[in-house]
Amino acid sequence: MATAPRRFGFAAVLLGTLSVAQGFSPASVLAQSPSLGIGHPPKAEQLKQIDIDVTPDGKGLPPGNGTAAKGKDVYTRRCETCHGPTGKEGPQDILAGGKGSLATDKPQKTVGSYWPYATTLWDYINRAMPFDHPSTLTPDEVYSAAAYVLFLNGIVGEQDTLDQTTLPKVQMPNRNGFVADPRPDIPLRKK
Amino acid sequence: MPIRPPRSRRAFLALGAAWSAALVACRSKSAAPAAVEPRALGAAVSPYGSRSKFEKTARFFNQNTKVPLEEASSRTPLHDTYGIITPSSLHFERHHSGVPDLDPSLHTLTIHGLVDRPLEFTVDEIKSLPSTSRIHFLECSGNSGGEWRGGSTESDVQRIHGLTSCSEWTGVAVATLLRECGVHTDATWVLAEGADAGKHDRSIPMAKIMGDAMVVYGQNGEPLRPEQGYPLRLLLPGWEGNANVKWLRRLKVMKQPAMSREETSKYTDLMPDGTARQFTFDLEAKSIITRPSGGDTLVAGAAYELTGIAWSGRGTIVSVEVTTDAGTTWTKAHLQTPVLPIAHTRFRFPWTWDGKDTLIASRCTDDTGYTQPPLATLIAVRGMNSQYHNNGIQAWKIASDGKITNGNRA
Repeated sequence: MATAPRRFGFAAVLLGTLSVAQGFSPASVLAQSPSLGIGHPPKAEQLKQIDIDVTPDGKGLPPGNGTAAKGKDVYTRRCETCHGPTGKEGPQDILAGGKGSLATDKPQKTVGSYWPYATTLWDYINRAMPFDHPSTLTPDEVYSAAAYVLFLNGIVGEQDTLDQTTLPKVQMPNRNGFVADPRPDIPLRKK
Repeated sequence: MPIRPPRSRRAFLALGAAWSAALVACRSKSAAPAAVEPRALGAAVSPYGSRSKFEKTARFFNQNTKVPLEEASSRTPLHDTYGIITPSSLHFERHHSGVPDLDPSLHTLTIHGLVDRPLEFTVDEIKSLPSTSRIHFLECSGNSGGEWRGGSTESDVQRIHGLTSCSEWTGVAVATLLRECGVHTDATWVLAEGADAGKHDRSIPMAKIMGDAMVVYGQNGEPLRPEQGYPLRLLLPGWEGNANVKWLRRLKVMKQPAMSREETSKYTDLMPDGTARQFTFDLEAKSIITRPSGGDTLVAGAAYELTGIAWSGRGTIVSVEVTTDAGTTWTKAHLQTPVLPIAHTRFRFPWTWDGKDTLIASRCTDDTGYTQPPLATLIAVRGMNSQYHNNGIQAWKIASDGKITNGNRA
């Protein structure tokens, strides 16, 4: 069985010295000197391939663009079977509609009624959709599919261009609908 | 089709009745024991064990559903498992895009983002570090979720509550790996991402990551099962299952949560006013009587042992109380050792059924002073649409003919 050699003591000394020599911030070096002697710097190309998350500030969005007008074709080919012709039919997750339903007895949590960030939509389509062939859409196709889903919800216009700059600025209706976890939300028993 | 074990599932009750005169009647009806001494040679040794062909207990999953089975869940047979450890083969499953088939010699964990030294670790390198093993439950936050809106009287403990399991996990502290990379002092969140088809990802607060979070590779003494994240998964003791990212490939140190789909549109708890609670990680104290329970039939006058499990994501179970008179009186059950923090705890309570209609239930208290509430108490605060995190008391209704059904709305 292959087992990596243990070399903590030696590595701590060696890599600790290297860290200082390479000019890492003194505070973090003191607090967190490498000491295990394992791991290697990831190759830039490989890191780029897996560093796929897109955050609400738009970081992680690649170059490219799309519109709902272009997205109709992508949606019809790659999304409609599961989500229905207008995003409301299913059989899988309902993407559109549900506006004003969250506080009712039959809440519909759709992209338009519930999702707080448009960047999340881009991220999720890019990382996980289509369900049986994830990560096969080009950036332009993801921008267009996202634009079409937002268009189905009345959030963007048919010709509005979504790209690295405009997508993070899309105002989602339920942007302020989330609160922190207040639990325990019932009284504790006296110890 | 529901996978229900054959009559052996009920065999316990016949055995339970052994303490009373009912036993005699039972035995006199059963087949005569083997009359001859064993003379046939048994099987030879084998490289990897399997259970007896007579045992059929299985995970339950609904096959008649529009949900693809790669995105479905399967449930632990809590009625038919013993003690506190769930066999790895019966650990509940919840996948978001199927179980990937990962080669451990090719799989790596990369730590990057707000660190001095981005590093990629091989599985063997992580295994070479001093390890720790801990017994912890894992529960899906959607466990028992059907009860919010009424559930089914015909449902049983496996279908209602089978999304909790308990294992011994072996691995290393995430903090050990992060320190090796030199975390920046302004970093507050870590994005954990899997190598499954959908690249399942959740943002985890730094305090948890640098606290008791582990990268684990072992489950019950052997490598993780593929369904549980082979070869590496994140373990966040006491936090909702989906945040314990399986097939872990990447940890990105950040200043803010990524606001992934799974922490915005899913796994958020909708309140009656239309707002939703976000980052509801804790699994609060919960207990259930697993035997006898829904689907069983009792014999009047027979002695039984009520048994079940209790657990809390916030700490250690300090007491479990049982009622057999629909909540009028509660009596402490015996806690079987070991009683471990953030682990299933087995309780036992001897009882003779008098043949009258009743409700039986358990409630537990953990070492934070939190007592498991009635479901109605939770509904009064959260409404009926929060979907996740139902830790309310489970009542079982016993009818005068001995049949047990889900008593939560009785």
